[in-house]
Amino acid sequence: MEKDLSLGEFIITRLIKASGYSAIVFVTLIFYFLLREGLPTLGEVELGNLFSTRWYPIESYYGILPLISGSLIVTIGAAMVAIPFGVGTAIFIAEIAPRWAREILKPLVELLGGLPSVVLGFLGILVLAPNLRILLDLPTGLTALAGSLLLGAISIPTVVSVAEDALDSVPRSYRDAALALGATRWQTIWRVTLPAARSGVLTAIMLGVGRAIGETMTVMMVTGNAPVLATSLASLFSPVRTMTATIAAEMGEVASGSVHYHTLFFIGMVLFIISLIVNVTASSVVFRQKKRAERVLS
Amino acid sequence: MKIVIENFSLQYQDGTESLRNINLEILPNAVTVLFGPAGGGKSSLLRCLNRLNDLADVQKMAGRILIDGQDIFEPKTDVTALRRKVGMVFARPVVLPMSIRQNLTYGLELAGERRPSKLDEAVKRSLQQAALWEEVHDRLDDPAIALSGGQQQRLCLARSLALQPEIILLDEPTSGLDPISTGKVEASLQELKKDYTIILVPHSVQQAARTADYAAFFLQGELVEYGDGKELFTSPKEKRTEDYITGRFG
Ligand SMILES: Nc1ncnc2c1ncn2[C@@H]1O[C@H](COP(=O)(O)OP(=O)(O)OP(=O)(O)O)[C@@H](O)[C@H]1O
Ligand SMILES: [Mg+2]
Repeated sequence: MEKDLSLGEFIITRLIKASGYSAIVFVTLIFYFLLREGLPTLGEVELGNLFSTRWYPIESYYGILPLISGSLIVTIGAAMVAIPFGVGTAIFIAEIAPRWAREILKPLVELLGGLPSVVLGFLGILVLAPNLRILLDLPTGLTALAGSLLLGAISIPTVVSVAEDALDSVPRSYRDAALALGATRWQTIWRVTLPAARSGVLTAIMLGVGRAIGETMTVMMVTGNAPVLATSLASLFSPVRTMTATIAAEMGEVASGSVHYHTLFFIGMVLFIISLIVNVTASSVVFRQKKRAERVLS
Repeated sequence: MKIVIENFSLQYQDGTESLRNINLEILPNAVTVLFGPAGGGKSSLLRCLNRLNDLADVQKMAGRILIDGQDIFEPKTDVTALRRKVGMVFARPVVLPMSIRQNLTYGLELAGERRPSKLDEAVKRSLQQAALWEEVHDRLDDPAIALSGGQQQRLCLARSLALQPEIILLDEPTSGLDPISTGKVEASLQELKKDYTIILVPHSVQQAARTADYAAFFLQGELVEYGDGKELFTSPKEKRTEDYITGRFG
């Protein structure tokens, strides 16, 4: 009897351990594969070429700077849309909306989060781009701006639901204390609730931005895909091409093992590293604040 | 009469009837104690007096509450002004994440007071009233969170006092404190009642008996008995009050 029990225990702990380690193994394998396929680029393409501003693989121009700048400008634009609207909506749902509105809005936001990005890209091509072109009097509506707006829309649900959870977990006593001192609802939100939920709201923003950097389908459909170096904010109004869109569009047509193929993987590596930096920054900010909060509570 | 509560009833959205037809008149310059077993509706009543319940899921409210003859639920009532006039201290001290001084001046700044001399004066006066001045006067710019629990609670009391309210509501203000800090808070209440109307929900029957000038016994949303504190605790009129005081239930 006792033997059975310890045997069962043994098997279960091993299984749990195995699945835990397998996650690490998978990530390592992915990274290894990226390195194996991407690093050869450094030997095949001169650095001067790789970090130039011209991406034209057919004639062996492999400058990835326009792609990086394209991703950055679209992502920054998306963040400028997603942060105010996302955090604002979260504040509305968590702090201001009456109960019935909250019960409609929360599932609605989650539903939006589940919308396939192809569908949004489709709307972007059919509705957003033509209107942008007319409204801003541009040669084409397929621009970084269109990509930013759509990516912002895609990131908003992530930002809203994470930030809303964070605001919701601020103890009611904080709000009560501020209100009882004669603070208005808005003063309470701005000076007490939001600062208290700071780390959760930051996480929400980082997750939203992460979602925007990695998004492929929509940007490929609406940003025009011209690999031009973005040098200023004015580039928002011209076509750009992102790293993700480049990989998705070109990976299907390259010969496996060619220079172009390796360079695409190299771009993948760069993307991986950028996401890693965003995530590590986010979690270290959150971690620092957690530690301070724990000290305060003890 | 400072506060007059007339036929007041309160029902939450989940159907809980927390207060049933309460009639209560509260005198100025005295400590009025609201006591009784858990769920009696004491906190609910306090939170109505400064309209902190506005944002809660209240379904139905009936009756009137008059403060200085003014119906506080009238649409034209300025709620933030009401909350400045009716200060509140909660069971767990909630110090805001600022310095000691800023905690005290925060409410005044919200009210538009900017003159440093007025703010400094309010800081000193309120700390003295809450019997905290001696302990913290030389470190007013330290973070408030570094104070002990008992000091934090007196800081919360001082924070309400800084606004110069007329009425102070205290909901189990000493439930997390050691006996010495509790004694200090109780002593400052006795001092404060000379200038303020104080309504206290005590954390024990003993504290109720120690502090009450007037006492009201709440049981499941009903006001069972109300009267002079000494009398109520020595010779209660109602059987249910007596049972509770002598520890037979609750
Ligand atoms: N926001 C709310 N929503 C629904 N029901 C509530 C709410 N607040 C209080 N209640 C209910 O109202 C009743 C009275 O609660 P209240 O907190 O006023 O009691 P209390 O006398 O302060 O009790 P305690 O001594 O435990 O603090 C309880 O049954 C409680 O469940
Ligand atoms: Mg209570």
